[in-house]
Amino acid sequence: MALLEVAGVSKVFPGVRALDGVSFTLQPGEVHALVGENGAGKSTLIKVLTGVYTPDEGEVRYQDRPVRFGTPMDAQRAGISTIYQEVNLVPLMSVAHNLFLGREPRNRFGLVDGKRMAAEAHEVLRQYGVTADVRRPLGTLALGAQQMVALARAVMIDARVVIMDEPTSSLEPREVETLFGVIDDLHSRGIGIVYVSHRMDELYRICDAVTILRDGKLVHTGKLADLDRLRLVSLMLGRDMSAVRKEGFTGFTGESNASGAPVLRAEKLSSRHRLHDVSLEVRPGEVVGLGGLLGAGRSETIKAIGGAFPLDSGDITVAGDKLGKPTPVKALKAGIATQPEDRKAEGIVAGLSVRENIALAVLPRTSRLGLVSDRKIDKIVETFMTRLRIKASGPDQLVGDLSGGNQQKVLLARLLATGPKVLLLDEPTRGIDVGAKAEVQALIDELAAEGLGVVLVSSDAEELVEGSDRVVVLRDGAVVGELRGDDVTTEALLETIAAAADGDHDDH
Amino acid sequence: MTMSPSLEKTPTAVVAADERRAERTDRIVGLVQRQGALAVLVVVVIVAAASFPNFRSYDNAATILVAAAPPALIALGMTFVIITGGIDLSVGSLYVLGGVVSAYASQWGWIFAFLAPLAVCGLIGVINGLLIAYTRMAPFIVTLAALLGARGLMRALSDEGSTTYLVGSDAFRSFGTGSFLGLGYPVWLVIVVFLLGMVLLGRTRFGHAVYAVGGSEDAAALMGVAVRRTKVWVYVLSGLLAGLAGAINAAKLGSGVTVLGEGMELDAIAAVVIGGTLLTGGAGTLAGTIAGVLLLGVIQNMINQVGNLPSSYQQVISGAFLAVVVVAQTYLVKARRR
Amino acid sequence: MTTETLKPALDLTRLKAWLPKYGVYAAILVLIVYNIAFTPNFLTLGNLRIQLIQVAPIVIVALGMALVIGTEGIDLSVGSVMALAAALIPLYLGYGVVGAIAVSLLAGVAVGLVNGLLVARVGLQPIVATLALFVGGRGLALVISGGQLKDVRNDDLVFLGSGDLLGVPVLVWIAAALVLVVAFVVRRTVFGRRLLAIGGNRPAAQLAGVPVQRVLIGVYILCAVLASIAGLLAVARIQSSDASSVGLLIELSAITAVVVGGTPLTGGKVRVLGTVAGALLMQLVVATMIKHNLQPSTTEMVQAVIILVAVYAARERKSR
Repeated sequence: MALLEVAGVSKVFPGVRALDGVSFTLQPGEVHALVGENGAGKSTLIKVLTGVYTPDEGEVRYQDRPVRFGTPMDAQRAGISTIYQEVNLVPLMSVAHNLFLGREPRNRFGLVDGKRMAAEAHEVLRQYGVTADVRRPLGTLALGAQQMVALARAVMIDARVVIMDEPTSSLEPREVETLFGVIDDLHSRGIGIVYVSHRMDELYRICDAVTILRDGKLVHTGKLADLDRLRLVSLMLGRDMSAVRKEGFTGFTGESNASGAPVLRAEKLSSRHRLHDVSLEVRPGEVVGLGGLLGAGRSETIKAIGGAFPLDSGDITVAGDKLGKPTPVKALKAGIATQPEDRKAEGIVAGLSVRENIALAVLPRTSRLGLVSDRKIDKIVETFMTRLRIKASGPDQLVGDLSGGNQQKVLLARLLATGPKVLLLDEPTRGIDVGAKAEVQALIDELAAEGLGVVLVSSDAEELVEGSDRVVVLRDGAVVGELRGDDVTTEALLETIAAAADGDHDDH
Repeated sequence: MTMSPSLEKTPTAVVAADERRAERTDRIVGLVQRQGALAVLVVVVIVAAASFPNFRSYDNAATILVAAAPPALIALGMTFVIITGGIDLSVGSLYVLGGVVSAYASQWGWIFAFLAPLAVCGLIGVINGLLIAYTRMAPFIVTLAALLGARGLMRALSDEGSTTYLVGSDAFRSFGTGSFLGLGYPVWLVIVVFLLGMVLLGRTRFGHAVYAVGGSEDAAALMGVAVRRTKVWVYVLSGLLAGLAGAINAAKLGSGVTVLGEGMELDAIAAVVIGGTLLTGGAGTLAGTIAGVLLLGVIQNMINQVGNLPSSYQQVISGAFLAVVVVAQTYLVKARRR
Repeated sequence: MTTETLKPALDLTRLKAWLPKYGVYAAILVLIVYNIAFTPNFLTLGNLRIQLIQVAPIVIVALGMALVIGTEGIDLSVGSVMALAAALIPLYLGYGVVGAIAVSLLAGVAVGLVNGLLVARVGLQPIVATLALFVGGRGLALVISGGQLKDVRNDDLVFLGSGDLLGVPVLVWIAAALVLVVAFVVRRTVFGRRLLAIGGNRPAAQLAGVPVQRVLIGVYILCAVLASIAGLLAVARIQSSDASSVGLLIELSAITAVVVGGTPLTGGKVRVLGTVAGALLMQLVVATMIKHNLQPSTTEMVQAVIILVAVYAARERKSR
């Protein structure tokens, strides 16, 4: 009897098919890995399972009966609990309150019995390796401990299925061991676990089955033991190994124009727990890819160079000039333009027009005595709208009304208008349609050809390999390998990532 | 490809030390946040007692307490609202409206003098709560409209403020002026209501839901808290308490005065914030709110003691106090989050 | 006719988009037509004069408020700033009108600077940051003025307050000029465009190299300076300075004007003309009701309903 079953589920958002006929089955007592890169559809699938979204097609069966949860609460009541990556508890409330919210033990007057609650909370959490004072606000605990509290809460409310979204991403090794102990326990009690993670060693240690998603489609589901690491990584990141290397996958030409002294030099960038001595060099005309799995420190590296991620130590030099403590303003002035990963939250200003968005970063340059020269701005806007082929009804259209691809182009136009020396691109083609994707890729090539140094982050293996002259591979915030010249192939990239993802395995 | 050995370099000892340090800062910060207002109150009272002979008298203490009764009730309701992350600007108007309604209704006896303002102000609280919980309009703007609406209602009831209803019930008036064991009845009422409020906030599931909603609305919803219902109730509570405060004031003054109470909502917010409740929601205590209310009351009283000092100094001091407290709070919260 | 082909559902969505943008102008038009038809003496010069003189300070304060709201903020301290400016005028009139005006404007700069620092540097919520000066500012004004009403006799000030220029009150000229200045700032200056970007998406503005803190501080200073202008004009008009009453509750009128004028509380947009229209509309509503012998109490309740309708119509639909 299957515990939880997903059959042919599709979910469409405006412009994106987030899930396309995905099916998988979770058996009781099974630990089932759900893997895929950002945007593969994992979180959409989890949201379908937990009632946040209703599927457009297909159905979810729970204990052999079709179910349709209206809200996450319904799912939780039925026994499906989720431990989110961002702990979904209330940080300002005490640990005990968080654990018992809504089910507080009460005395005979109907009042909450604080003493008993604290004692019980202490007792329960001890099994999860959490020994901190349960009266402290949850938010003051280490993230790992917070996650344990969330897990304890889920198990306490009689969950039959526990979905864990990247549970170990913020845990110390010791805490990971505790978590695995708890998972073993759940496993033996017949609770089904959907385990989302990118850490290969973890997957192979605790998971029985695996389901791999890519671009909203199911690419593989089955026993994990039947799949070796390289194959798993290649299924996640690229097409079949045999199919790789056909031409025309991307808009890149694959030619290199790198020359001269480095235009960007980042040395020993370190930030507590997130980056460890990451060094990087980019020469004019060179595209340097940053490879690695989700959470390897790619975005952090980019943001740190762009001045938007605080560093504990490390130096950044642009065209020979050292940047002091980097801030976005300083970085931009020095010629570093950063395209953030989250276009909506950190990139475009949706309520402003295409013109205003493009001009935002060059306002000082297009003005005199604080007065904006519309003539100068119009010229810049026109230049870039034409060059980047931005499809809008005109410069006055609101950016929020454009398609994802065109929003991305507007963002690129804003960066290019500043006349940068270095362009940092974090997932430049995420969430945009195929045509726009090729255009953006061609543009990156073109810009490099003009002598710009480019750093490219992409979860798409082909894009990374074909777009980059060199690929630096990261894991856990540190550089673990570099591919140069003829080594820049999808195979080599996948091998490096697979090997890197498996620290104590060097027999490849 | 070589594996960097430097990857696994977060020794457990370091983590444990971090954890200990976090626990220590947390305890100190938490203490300052919860008890800061009380400590300042104690200091101010000692200073006042040392400098002004008249401050020490029993009568003066009673005066301070009686004067603090209505603002204390309003601040009590405001504390609940602010802990959910909201704000209620309508309470000043509701306070005045409650007083007028109470004085008017007292012609039918003291019971109506209490029930009528509770009903009217509670109803406006219901409207506030429903609009805020179900239309996603900002609490600030909804209660701002309620401020205007309630004031209009009050003026309509009092013939554009020209009629002052006298309290018609002797029993009601003696409630406002009489005392028991040396403390005015209103003070006793406030004490009882605060004790009930503390039980409600600290010892019931509703109280925990209030904290959860303010701490993180999304998480609260995921954890099964009825977010909307909780929100509606805190505004109802706030309305009810403002009405009750109005009734007490009417009993004390013997009439429904139409001009007092403007800006009362901001005094209440100031008291709540000085008492350590975070305006961003999720944390706060009623004990802190009492300390905040009394602190403002004592400062007012001190300024009166000085004699030749204009009473407007009180506003300056409250404003400065408020600024210092919120700035300190912000930094404390930052320290706590590391 | 094309109207027949339009489905009612389409009409409704159009109406929803149209209402927050142009609703305020339509409402003004309706009220004016109604008044011309049914209110005796509405179209007299004297009446129009009074209406404009009364609305001028609200317009001036609302302009600053609109800028602050454009950054997703709010400024509760404007009334107190007016009182502060008013209290300073008689104190420094001995140094000449210019000196007195300069001092009260400087007071505005100081208050705005404190508000701006609290919001931008310390990171307080605007409502709290400005609450402190709302409470303290008026107290300070009362302390400065000794809590007394002071007569102000100065010909230049009297001219500002009740003089005429080309048949139009100087007060109204000043308000109109300030409207143009603020509209110019919003449309044509770097500062204005940055302000909108900050209100629209603060992290994005930061990443695009906008000096967020500096712009925010500037916005709060501008708002406070506009309020202090309104304060000194109030003194000039009534020829006396009363710190306890000048600008009382004007923050509510100003916020109402901004909101009714179609500027969303969520920031990223500033509708200068809409704000002026919002202030005019509220003024017209009150005037109309008074002319028809409705009580001020009814007026207040109607104002409350108008605010709710305006905000409800303009509220941002959350995606999903």
